[in-house]
Amino acid sequence: MGKVKLMQGNEACVEGALYAGCRFYAGYPITPSTEIAEGCAVRLPQVGGHFIQMEDEIASCAAAIGASAAGVKSMTATSGPGFSLKQENLGYACLTEIPFVLVDVPRAGPSTGLPTSPSQGDVMQAKWGTHGDHPMIAIAPSTVEECFKLCVRCFNLSEKYRTPVIFLMDEIVGHLREGIEIPEEGELEIVNRAIPEDPAHAKKPYATKEGSTVPVMAPFGAGERYNITGLIHADDGFPTNSTEIADKQVRRLLAKIDDNLDDILSWEETSMDDAEVCVVCFGGTARSVQSAVETLRAEGVKVGMFRPITVWPFPAKKMREIAGKVKKIIVAEHNDGQMLLEVQRVTGLYDKIGFVGKVNGTVITPDEIVKAVKEG
Amino acid sequence: MSKMEIRLAGTGGQGLITGTIVLAEAGIIEGKFVAQSQSYGPEARGGMAKGEVIISDEKIGFTKVTKPTFVMALSQLSFEKYCYGLDEKCFVLVDDTIQVPADYDHKKFMKLPIIATAREKVGKMQTVNIVSVGAINKILKICDEESLKKAVLQRIPKGTEELNLKALSEGAALVK
Repeated sequence: MGKVKLMQGNEACVEGALYAGCRFYAGYPITPSTEIAEGCAVRLPQVGGHFIQMEDEIASCAAAIGASAAGVKSMTATSGPGFSLKQENLGYACLTEIPFVLVDVPRAGPSTGLPTSPSQGDVMQAKWGTHGDHPMIAIAPSTVEECFKLCVRCFNLSEKYRTPVIFLMDEIVGHLREGIEIPEEGELEIVNRAIPEDPAHAKKPYATKEGSTVPVMAPFGAGERYNITGLIHADDGFPTNSTEIADKQVRRLLAKIDDNLDDILSWEETSMDDAEVCVVCFGGTARSVQSAVETLRAEGVKVGMFRPITVWPFPAKKMREIAGKVKKIIVAEHNDGQMLLEVQRVTGLYDKIGFVGKVNGTVITPDEIVKAVKEG
Repeated sequence: MSKMEIRLAGTGGQGLITGTIVLAEAGIIEGKFVAQSQSYGPEARGGMAKGEVIISDEKIGFTKVTKPTFVMALSQLSFEKYCYGLDEKCFVLVDDTIQVPADYDHKKFMKLPIIATAREKVGKMQTVNIVSVGAINKILKICDEESLKKAVLQRIPKGTEELNLKALSEGAALVK
């Protein structure tokens, strides 16, 4: 264990981003995500990257997208209030197909809420915060090590599918310090976006090859001029009112995720083999659930944990499979029932699903989970 | 299995969160699993502040302290909030400025002049957290003296090494 370092979740997110090849960060610091901005300000210049503190969250999201359009892997980080502000540009990146990673470390409550308290209240905003039908990937870590490794995965998926990815952390893991073994160079796969063989003479940036849903675009400014717009556009990037193109484009954007679920989806199952009760949770809540499962198993209660790591897309098929096997499902999350809605929807089991939720800024304790499981 | 659940409470500005980070570093040096967290907030300056660290031989699930095995209080308010209703095996350490009621009957209890040592012997109030760490490691024996020095040096501002190492040894010297 010689290589184990004590690191905070937010710091591990920064190191993961650098490992993935992120070389640009624009942000507006906000608790409980501030250490990500601080870490990027220190670390990016050390590796030849750039850090900008912008005037607000809207501008910082725009700057991250702009840097990525020019070919540099980029990131921005925020908390709930800033997440709201970044939604407009998040949608812009979905339609213009510019990859970047948006880290959200939510805080409790709406508006400026409880700045320093844990919450997972941005689940639905991660999927539906920006308007219109759009693809979305959101990934939730539950350990400091995952803050590193899954941040790398966020960049990889973003690059591969040319779509923004949300790293949906929470204060529980963001401000937690624990041991982490930093992967060696080459240990984790790094995906870089595909670029045309001859970027200087590439035409039609938004054209896709037969059988692919992802365009191969030249870095903006690398050669041939092209247009980037948030309006529905043709393969050359210029706006169009064609209903045919609009239909094709929006469906293709959605297909980037929907047709690649096997590649994108990930989850963790703990003690699920013979489980009669399944506790569904994500992110930092998993730490409470793991302890509760241990306690209950020691008493002979057949309980397990199902943790979607990709919160979006939600692992619907797997959830239905579990629902067909267990006697009871309980959802535990630090909000008033957002993932609960999705579990209810995909399983079709509505009032049969138990729920443990907290909105007061305190952490769900293992005892609260134990009690919910015992009460059935 | 050995599992320590440590809570340091006091006033914002005493550096107790850093104190728990140093103890977590000590745990890492000893090859243990650790989980360190804190209460953040407006208390960062002057109000009540709390840092926690779990040091365990086994992987840690829930990251917060639920059954403390060690509590230190450096302010009256934090004594009143965190030093009651504890398991009898929990070790309680308080600063000697704290008014402990005559009927306080927790058995594993120690009172030490931590704040006075930082102010008078080390000569700098800001070292109260490292004085504490020195005393705590003497009581809990998380790691040996050299490892603890290493842990401290990893987490203090440059230029304060000598001062903090003095604080560490003065803290350890308080525990006979």
